[in-house]
Amino acid sequence: MQYILIFISAIFVNNIVLSQFLGICPFLGVSKKVDTALGMSAAVTFVLTIATIVTFLIQKFVLDTFGLGYLQTITFILVIASLVQMVEIILKKVSPALYQALGVFLPLITTNCCILGVAILVIQKNYDLLTGVVYAFSTALGFGLALTLFAGLREQMSLVKIPKGMQGTPIALVTAGLLAMAFMGFSGVVKI
Amino acid sequence: MSNFKILMNGIIKENPTFVLLLGMCPTLGTTSSAINGMGMGLATAFVLICSNVVISAIKNLIPDKVRIPAFIVVIASFVTLLQMLMQAYVPALYATLGLFIPLIVVNCILLGRAEAFAAKNAPIASFFDGLGMGIGFTIGLTLLGAVRELLGTGKIFSLGIFPEDYGMLLFVLAPGAFIALGFLIALVNKLKKA
Repeated sequence: MQYILIFISAIFVNNIVLSQFLGICPFLGVSKKVDTALGMSAAVTFVLTIATIVTFLIQKFVLDTFGLGYLQTITFILVIASLVQMVEIILKKVSPALYQALGVFLPLITTNCCILGVAILVIQKNYDLLTGVVYAFSTALGFGLALTLFAGLREQMSLVKIPKGMQGTPIALVTAGLLAMAFMGFSGVVKI
Repeated sequence: MSNFKILMNGIIKENPTFVLLLGMCPTLGTTSSAINGMGMGLATAFVLICSNVVISAIKNLIPDKVRIPAFIVVIASFVTLLQMLMQAYVPALYATLGLFIPLIVVNCILLGRAEAFAAKNAPIASFFDGLGMGIGFTIGLTLLGAVRELLGTGKIFSLGIFPEDYGMLLFVLAPGAFIALGFLIALVNKLKKA
């Protein structure tokens, strides 16, 4: 039951992009087409879940054991950066098809703040490993949902006439605002 | 380019918030009030100036292949330093900004300036670049924070401008961040053309 609550809360109520403002760069950057949005979402889901497991284990068995808590930020970012590199190399060898689909997005993920953000949040919220993984996975799904919806809206938007000053980023931001307003309707669905 | 020109470049011509659109996560996430926006801007400026100077000073010692990880380590060290300083001297602000302080590490402004400016220029020029970009970012965040605070609660820097009952709470909440920034950028675009 607890896992279902976390799942729903991370996707709809506390959506990582629309209510916590993490991962805005890819949200604005790769949302011009639904196809690329889906590719990015898949890559984020993959890396976020693995990164959370690895950083969790490092926090518990290395940083906590030796009292090095203050090195958290620096350790996590290095681990995530090398993890992304490793995933890229392994995918290239093991599954070229998957690499074709996700490859271009992988280097972009290192600076996606939702990876580091979720890794730190899992530690801050004192989750155990399984809860942390469920949380990370559903957060990534929430990111994918917001990104894909937004990409769909932007595809439609290229067909309408927009006042000159609002073209480009401004109208995209206002649209994101309206989407965030729609997601506010979910607040109160689950209490956690 | 003279140092003054470099400084102004970061504040106006290449303003990170309104022109380059870098560092959007803290821009939207921490600007629920003017003072929070300013705190976040100054914190980022501190890390930006320090990392720019250090990276520019050691740029010849770093092999080209590992420069990005090396830059990240320098930035992350200063972020850790900042976390400790803020916890000690401004614990209240540290608590409000929360997760966004460690996330300065992945703020694209820092790595962007390290790669685009500090890796090619002398330490003093890099200092001014960091200072200009930092001030530009602080101005952007403070402005957005002030607009959201005014529309949401009728105050700026907690000073009452109009009665709180007329405030639209929406602007303090998440959707208001996107909408307010969207219109501010549109306004800047308009002014730039004029």
